[in-house]
Amino acid sequence: MSKYYLFQDRKRCIGCYSCTIACKSNKNLLTGPKPVDIIPIGPTFIDGTPRAAFVLMPCFHCEDPWCVAVCPTGAVQKRTKDGIVFVDHALCIGCKSCMSACPWGAPQWNPETGKVVKCDYCKDRLDAGLKPACATICTTHCLQFGEANETPDVRRERYAREMVGL
Amino acid sequence: MEKEVYSLCFMCSSRCPIKVLVKDGQVKWIEGSPHVAGMEGSLCPRGAAGIALLYDSQRVQSPLIRDGERGSGKWRKAGWDEALDYVAEKLKAVIDQYGGHSVALGERAQLATPVSKTFMKAIQSPNHFTHESVCKGSLNTASRSLFGVSDAQIGIDYKNTKHIILYGRNIFETIEVKGVNGLMDAVERGAKITYIDPRVTVTATKAHRYWRIRPGADLALNYALIHVILKERLYDAEYVDRWVLGLAELQDFVRSFTPEWAEKETGIPSAEIVSLSREVSRDKPAVIFHFGWRASSHLNETYMRRSILILNALMGSVEAAGGLFFKKGPGEVGAKPARALTAQEFPRVDLPRFDQVGTPKFPLPDPGHGVAQMLPSAILNEDPYPLKGLIAFRYDPLFSIPDIRTTKKAFDKLDLIVTIDINYSETAWYSDVILPESTYLERLDCIQQANGLKPQMFLRQPAVTPRHNTREGAVILKEIAERIGTGAYFPYETMEELVRWQLEGTGFSLEDFAAKGFVTYTDRPIFWDRKDGIKFKTPSGKIEFASSLLENAGFESFPECEPVAPPPENQFRLTIGRCALHTHISTQNNPYLNERVSENVLWINTERAAALGIKNKDLVEISSNCGSGKIKAYVTDLIHPEAVFMLHGFGHQAALAARSFDKGLADGILQENVTDMVGGSPALQHSFVSVKRV
Ligand code: SF4
Ligand code: SF4
Ligand code: SF4
Repeated sequence: MSKYYLFQDRKRCIGCYSCTIACKSNKNLLTGPKPVDIIPIGPTFIDGTPRAAFVLMPCFHCEDPWCVAVCPTGAVQKRTKDGIVFVDHALCIGCKSCMSACPWGAPQWNPETGKVVKCDYCKDRLDAGLKPACATICTTHCLQFGEANETPDVRRERYAREMVGL
Repeated sequence: MEKEVYSLCFMCSSRCPIKVLVKDGQVKWIEGSPHVAGMEGSLCPRGAAGIALLYDSQRVQSPLIRDGERGSGKWRKAGWDEALDYVAEKLKAVIDQYGGHSVALGERAQLATPVSKTFMKAIQSPNHFTHESVCKGSLNTASRSLFGVSDAQIGIDYKNTKHIILYGRNIFETIEVKGVNGLMDAVERGAKITYIDPRVTVTATKAHRYWRIRPGADLALNYALIHVILKERLYDAEYVDRWVLGLAELQDFVRSFTPEWAEKETGIPSAEIVSLSREVSRDKPAVIFHFGWRASSHLNETYMRRSILILNALMGSVEAAGGLFFKKGPGEVGAKPARALTAQEFPRVDLPRFDQVGTPKFPLPDPGHGVAQMLPSAILNEDPYPLKGLIAFRYDPLFSIPDIRTTKKAFDKLDLIVTIDINYSETAWYSDVILPESTYLERLDCIQQANGLKPQMFLRQPAVTPRHNTREGAVILKEIAERIGTGAYFPYETMEELVRWQLEGTGFSLEDFAAKGFVTYTDRPIFWDRKDGIKFKTPSGKIEFASSLLENAGFESFPECEPVAPPPENQFRLTIGRCALHTHISTQNNPYLNERVSENVLWINTERAAALGIKNKDLVEISSNCGSGKIKAYVTDLIHPEAVFMLHGFGHQAALAARSFDKGLADGILQENVTDMVGGSPALQHSFVSVKRV
């Protein structure tokens, strides 16, 4: 597991894509790759009321990541100090193995560089003491970023609220 | 070299405070100002796409002079001196031959608006107008008829509300960041959202109650709500007795508008109308009947917006925590606002405006904004006099005024069209000269006097120097003024001099903005005393249900409520709206925003579509009395059978803005140019259309 979590409070999320644009903008990506995406589900009527969900699809920084395992050059790595899975672009040869291996489609093709780009929890920002781009900009503050071992109450409360649907 | 710059966003008109990170002369990152409550880093997707505007290779990069037919897209690059000389010479010729009043200047109300107004006063033209009428002119009038001030002077206390009622105000898709966060916080503390719209939007999916109303029936619904509230005495009696003029007249008027009557008009069950009335009354005065932004839908818009504001008054929510409040200016704490160029002495102009606002023909719209959609008929009919020159300043009249074909015909009669803009707007594309403005990240702008619960001043400061051969709009106008002999009204060479001049006498200096981008006159929010201290600016000093403004102009306060006409057989009412990713007509070519939403589609109800043989994603032809066009169908249960819907802002024809070129369809091709002659808004959802498969 990574040391960090990125939690999306779906009650607050409005599916605006600010997070995904901020991520691209921070990584200086042009059109095409989306290291984090929002998948809209619905709207649909549930008991006569329209409901929708906007589901955040980042990289999950898996415990034992397939993307790392399949990478032939060792470009995709898991950072030992905090478990962040990232791509070392100097080593990436653009073979797309990680893209086929990841069950969630997290690694993305960057046609501009011919290499793969993926969510790295904005490790450069983290190292500079900042929050990730997406969690900073999220319009509604529904993206919460933190260290898993210091689980703030707000996260537990939000999980609980989401489970009971209030 | 790294630096942080505090500034103001301009991807839409909300002017959210931002923090910009600059490294080696490049903007690396933009986020919401950490110093402003409700922002704390957050920005909407348009704000997040700001860097892509700055580095977009498809924006206007140098002055351009037309070198072919209008609209042909043949341009020649020009230096600033050449372009400005060219504009000045043509403008001078128009003014000499037809008078200064034959020139009109239209703009998006913005920080440099006092400069444009000064420009027009200096050439003795009354014809300054803004985008306001096509957005919410009738709301402005409605607000003045009740409170004596325009809606721009009224704020909304989202954070403390207990129940908000939204009429097509798609608050989570037409985002103003602070407002959205305030409301989210309120909802987390138990506030309710009631959302009323013929179409299911993101806001509908977040609401506690969604009413799929018949398009155009909001007024009928409100009269029924008022009926119940008065009949069951659910209103704030103490507040209403103290502050309201004309309750008895209202009571007589709404007697026949029962919930059962409204059920037939609106499609909303009468029992639900009664239960909402009771529910909100328990939460008063922390109740908001939201008066809307895009209040330009139907011919009865003034009365529709009045009915919303009347509901607030009945709940006692005007000047209440969790309701509406009047924005307080620096005068409230004995301080001075920034100086405005418009405060200078100007020659008197006795001619009427092109739109006849302020004359008996059109007495009530706000002359500070005018009525944009009157422009085509004024030009075509030379009524009240010939108009020969048009300056469009970061506003796109060609695409935002209904019935584009007629507007184009009118523009063909002009001797000169000049556009000051960042992008190739449709009007820019049809202009004789484009004078490119620097983006908000590249320029210092005039002071923003931000009135509110606490009066403040904000400053848009440049993060980087202009990347291309562009200038600030306020400097461009001054340069033209100098060339036509009215330069004396512009006492500055640079924006910095202008801002320093504005700040004289306020007690603040330019340097005071460096740390946070804003200064505050007081730390304490100012609410007026609800018992005795509310300063309504109406002649009576009260909320005028029976309105002197309307009645003195020959209009009734409570005219008969006409039933809403259903569309003729096999036709639909054309409704329009926005999504979270675009602002009006101006962002469709932004690389990031375009990637997400690159064209519009036509929402059509599943059963109606089946009857017409239309399947999802079919290409359909949509036509009205004014024109027709092709668009893809989106067949869905999420829209009322009487309505079709399309996003506003697509179908661009400026070829150099290649990403958005010819994607989707412009609603203005289909809309008839008809106006609510009381309040001044065009009725953008008045037109009926037919749809067929191609
Ligand atoms: S890219 Fe996929 S496989 Fe690799 S860590 Fe992320 S979610 Fe796991
Ligand atoms: S943490 Fe950073 S890289 Fe990952 S999705 Fe958010 S912005 Fe993108
Ligand atoms: S920015 Fe926040 S609210 Fe918007 S889509 Fe992303 S997670 Fe949801």
